[in-house]
Amino acid sequence: MFWRETSIVFRRQLRMALRNPAWVIIGLVQPILYLCLFGPLLEPLAGTLGAENAYTLFVPGLLVQLGLFGALFAGFGLIAEWRAGVIEAERVTPASRTALLLGRILRDVLQLFVQGLVLIGLAFLFGLTGSLPGMALGLVLTVLLGAACAAASNALALTTKSEDVMAPVINSVALPVLLLSGILLPMTIGPQWLQVVSDFMPTKYIVNAIRELFTGDFWTITTMWGVVWTLVLFAAGLWVGTRTFRRENA
Amino acid sequence: MIHARGLARTFEGRGRGKAKEEVKAVAGVDIDVAEGEIVGFLGPNGAGKTTTLRMLTTLLKPTAGSATVAGFDVATQSQQVRRSIGYVSQSGSTSPEARAGEEVMDHGMLYGISQKQAESRGRELFEQLDLEGLWERKPQAMSGGQRRRLDIAMGLVHDPTLVFLDEPTTGLDPQARANLWTHISDLRTRRGATIFLTTHYLDEADALCDRILVIDHGSIVASDTPDALKRQVAGDLVSLVVADASKAAAAAELLGRIADTEVEVTAAQAGTGAQAGAGVSARVRGAGHEVAGLIRGLDAAGIDLDSIEVRRPTLDDVFLDLTGRSLREQGA
Repeated sequence: MFWRETSIVFRRQLRMALRNPAWVIIGLVQPILYLCLFGPLLEPLAGTLGAENAYTLFVPGLLVQLGLFGALFAGFGLIAEWRAGVIEAERVTPASRTALLLGRILRDVLQLFVQGLVLIGLAFLFGLTGSLPGMALGLVLTVLLGAACAAASNALALTTKSEDVMAPVINSVALPVLLLSGILLPMTIGPQWLQVVSDFMPTKYIVNAIRELFTGDFWTITTMWGVVWTLVLFAAGLWVGTRTFRRENA
Repeated sequence: MIHARGLARTFEGRGRGKAKEEVKAVAGVDIDVAEGEIVGFLGPNGAGKTTTLRMLTTLLKPTAGSATVAGFDVATQSQQVRRSIGYVSQSGSTSPEARAGEEVMDHGMLYGISQKQAESRGRELFEQLDLEGLWERKPQAMSGGQRRRLDIAMGLVHDPTLVFLDEPTTGLDPQARANLWTHISDLRTRRGATIFLTTHYLDEADALCDRILVIDHGSIVASDTPDALKRQVAGDLVSLVVADASKAAAAAELLGRIADTEVEVTAAQAGTGAQAGAGVSARVRGAGHEVAGLIRGLDAAGIDLDSIEVRRPTLDDVFLDLTGRSLREQGA
């Protein structure tokens, strides 16, 4: 029952997303632009940054950025749906509230997965080398992080019910996270204080873990911390999301 | 179909100075709706109509009291309640960019019916609700009336025996409203559905409902048939416009003999002659009987009339009578 309901919601969301390919295209073009327009700047710096291959450094960062940003903005669509009465209409059906959330998250996760595949595939053309299983695992971590962000974003959307409230909240969270996670450049090249501040950013550990995975280092402390943080964020995101969707009057 | 006892909902609002403030949206209402009835829930904006409806449809937990809907308890058997009822909310139910038919099918499937069943039920409803040919249409490209009928199709796709409609015709033009009324009363005649609808339009309650519950400030102030409610108001309003204002007192005296309320005399602008006329009005029970005699009396006394009007009490008069306020003052 639960999975059937989830899949009904998921297919509805996917159908609507594919009918409006503008967003799908924008979602795919973004990582490509980063790769084409920013990647070449990193290539000569790779050595200085402590990496043999600029793209094993850069692609994991882009993956996490996709996971964070794409998914954090997922909630905006939910506000529009809420305003159109769709959420309320779904809530008077006997369908599980968790299924209503999960079906939506799965759409975001699928989009993220495809974006990640395109990004990694394209990076090979630019000269990415590394461990394929590591990349697959890195993509899995990205998708889990994205699911957490999408769940949190949907919860925030359903709580605020206003784009005007939500946009500043998301932006004020996303920008520091982006800067302090070492997404574009590793934090290790920064001054001591900046490194200390970034130590409090769970996503930094995830980026670092994905970088290690890309180079084939599976069994390191860094990788372990990244996996742990991903799972913690994933669990927390889903918990907040389902709690909000189950709450009456949400 | 619906039995509610002392159903209440308080919201915790924050007043100025951050002090917690309890807002009583619904202050303990009793509601009984029998199978096959069309019951109207009438009241101004903010009276507690939607809150009550959301409690009865399991979208909101009551803070006090209890209710059974379609035989199930709203608090403990919400799943069964949801399965048995259809709910057409005032905010719509479909995404503007989705396709109408698919929305109805997905909605039906969330109720657990198969895709095939959902499609055939959906197409049947489209036909019944004059939505033929709009299966592939996006709601954003539909007229307001079509969208409301699509919302009704959404609410009926799982064949509920009890249908809740929240302000079904708000924002529609008069023709679309009249058309929707036909469809709503068809729900009962064709499908034997019980209907509970909220409205702040008196004519709507009057035209559709067997019985009306009047709610104001979170309490039910009256419950009866539209006609019985109107009979509560002391008679029909008889308004005369006397051509010669100086004879208004004489006319008022004659009207006073048959009136059930005080006679009101106002300076009317309606005078057609050289002098301004005067308005004389009062409520008269069974005015149809009495007016002929009144006119003869006025004629015998040599009082010329510019006009005479007999108006049956409207639900607005009822509301004014019950609450001391006019529904119309609240705006739409």
